[in-house]
Amino acid sequence: MGTAHDAAPVDRLMLARSLPMIGSRRSLRVLERNALVYRAQWVMLISGFFEPLFYLLSISIGLNKLVGPLPVHGVFISYARFVAPGMLATSAMNGAMIDSIFNTFFKLKISHVYDAILATPLDVTDIALGEVWWALARATLYSASFIICMASLGDAGSAWVVLCWPGAILTSLTFSCVGLAACTYMRTWQDFDLVALVQLPLFLFSGTFFPITLYPQWLGAIVSFSPLYQSAALLRGFSLGQFDWIMIMRAGYLLAIALLCLYVAARRFKRILAP
Amino acid sequence: MPPTNADASRSRWFRSWGYHAEFYAQTWRGSVASSVLFPILYLAALGIGVGHLVSHHTGLVDGQTYLHYIAPSLLATTTMQLGEGESLWPVLAAVKWVRTYHAAATTPLEPDDILIGKLAWVATRAFVTGVFYTIVIGCVGALQSWWCLTLPFIGTLVTLAFSAPLVAYAARSQSDASFTTLYRFAFVPMFLFSATFYPLSAYPGYLRPVVQFFPLYHGVALARAAAFGQGAVAAQLGHVAVLVAMAAVGIAWGRRTMRRRLTD
Repeated sequence: MGTAHDAAPVDRLMLARSLPMIGSRRSLRVLERNALVYRAQWVMLISGFFEPLFYLLSISIGLNKLVGPLPVHGVFISYARFVAPGMLATSAMNGAMIDSIFNTFFKLKISHVYDAILATPLDVTDIALGEVWWALARATLYSASFIICMASLGDAGSAWVVLCWPGAILTSLTFSCVGLAACTYMRTWQDFDLVALVQLPLFLFSGTFFPITLYPQWLGAIVSFSPLYQSAALLRGFSLGQFDWIMIMRAGYLLAIALLCLYVAARRFKRILAP
Repeated sequence: MPPTNADASRSRWFRSWGYHAEFYAQTWRGSVASSVLFPILYLAALGIGVGHLVSHHTGLVDGQTYLHYIAPSLLATTTMQLGEGESLWPVLAAVKWVRTYHAAATTPLEPDDILIGKLAWVATRAFVTGVFYTIVIGCVGALQSWWCLTLPFIGTLVTLAFSAPLVAYAARSQSDASFTTLYRFAFVPMFLFSATFYPLSAYPGYLRPVVQFFPLYHGVALARAAAFGQGAVAAQLGHVAVLVAMAAVGIAWGRRTMRRRLTD
């Protein structure tokens, strides 16, 4: 059986190879399992496309006129164009967090799917990495649909908006790793209220609805630590076609958080599942 | 004096109310964030942050600053969300997963008592939330009329207009699969498109009847009218009538679905 598993597409395995500490190519079996389960819930998959679209539509109809053009790096852009990349980043964050925290917690502590998986040749790190593959696969679909909506509403600033696609996938990677690490610290469902307690302030205050230049300087400095702010700023740069060296730092910051959290998650999974 | 029939039935639904109150006394902590903190965060981000941008470009919205304009609508959206959150999963759990309502039905409580006690409890929470938000709206300076004293009642009415039909629906559901769909295709659009964050006049003419069809639109319009003391009385009575009708239909439907579910 092992050789049959190894026949999976090679390009997807590049990252797995480069991270020998955390998981092997067997982790793709977890991806396959999640995709099979999700086929039964395809309505949810479709409906996930619509929620960010509703937000974008609502802003395009009303707030766009009330707020008027905003200056970004000296160029005036419509409010809808300012907000759209932030909504894309938010939808990537929400999708990744909900899936990696709620579903993983359920499988880890309630339905014990992972205990069953451990009876197969997969090990604990494969599970952690497999969940990340799954989050990325979903993010690829979700963000592509969002970007298409964004462009058809006229809320994309330039053709460079296609670069938002990898940008949003990177955002999903970061937040799914954060979620994966966080869910190992959850004890009961009550702890999940804390997730919303982190998510909503991030959503509202990360330069998504208004530029962080409106904050006093010290507050703006604190907000710039928000991964959602970094992601929104990165995606806004892509969408408007405004490139800047600082974008490499933003992407690096998101990737660093992802790797750190994935490492923590893999260790914590090991402690919980195979003590 | 022996208790009359009416007395007995009143104390019976009150038992159901008491159960929910006691349960809440044990588990209230998680709900504080969502029903107290979140609307304040929305008000800060949109009212103050986006409001700053609006005041630079547009100035006043319908004669109000943007912060004042959206403050009352958050009372309506919060009470709507309270009605939704209290009525779907908790009720399905009580009739299917945990079967608390089945347990209650083995006591002298009738299905009607269980339903009315539940709705009375949800209304109680809505009223307290309404009082709290009226104070918050007052703190940002958006209360401009004595009609604002009706805001907690408006909040309660909005909650019941959503809670009653949703309890009825949950009581006849077999799984929670449709609940997420309801949230995504009904509640989220309603939150965004009920003239919550900008006036009805921003919509193109052909979309306005659609917006006015949303029950939350009537709650938002009422809350705004009460806070600012604006608008024709007849129009407000129309909004009240829509919400009362939803609650009444919900209760009538809920009496049927509860009875059917609990006596099977």
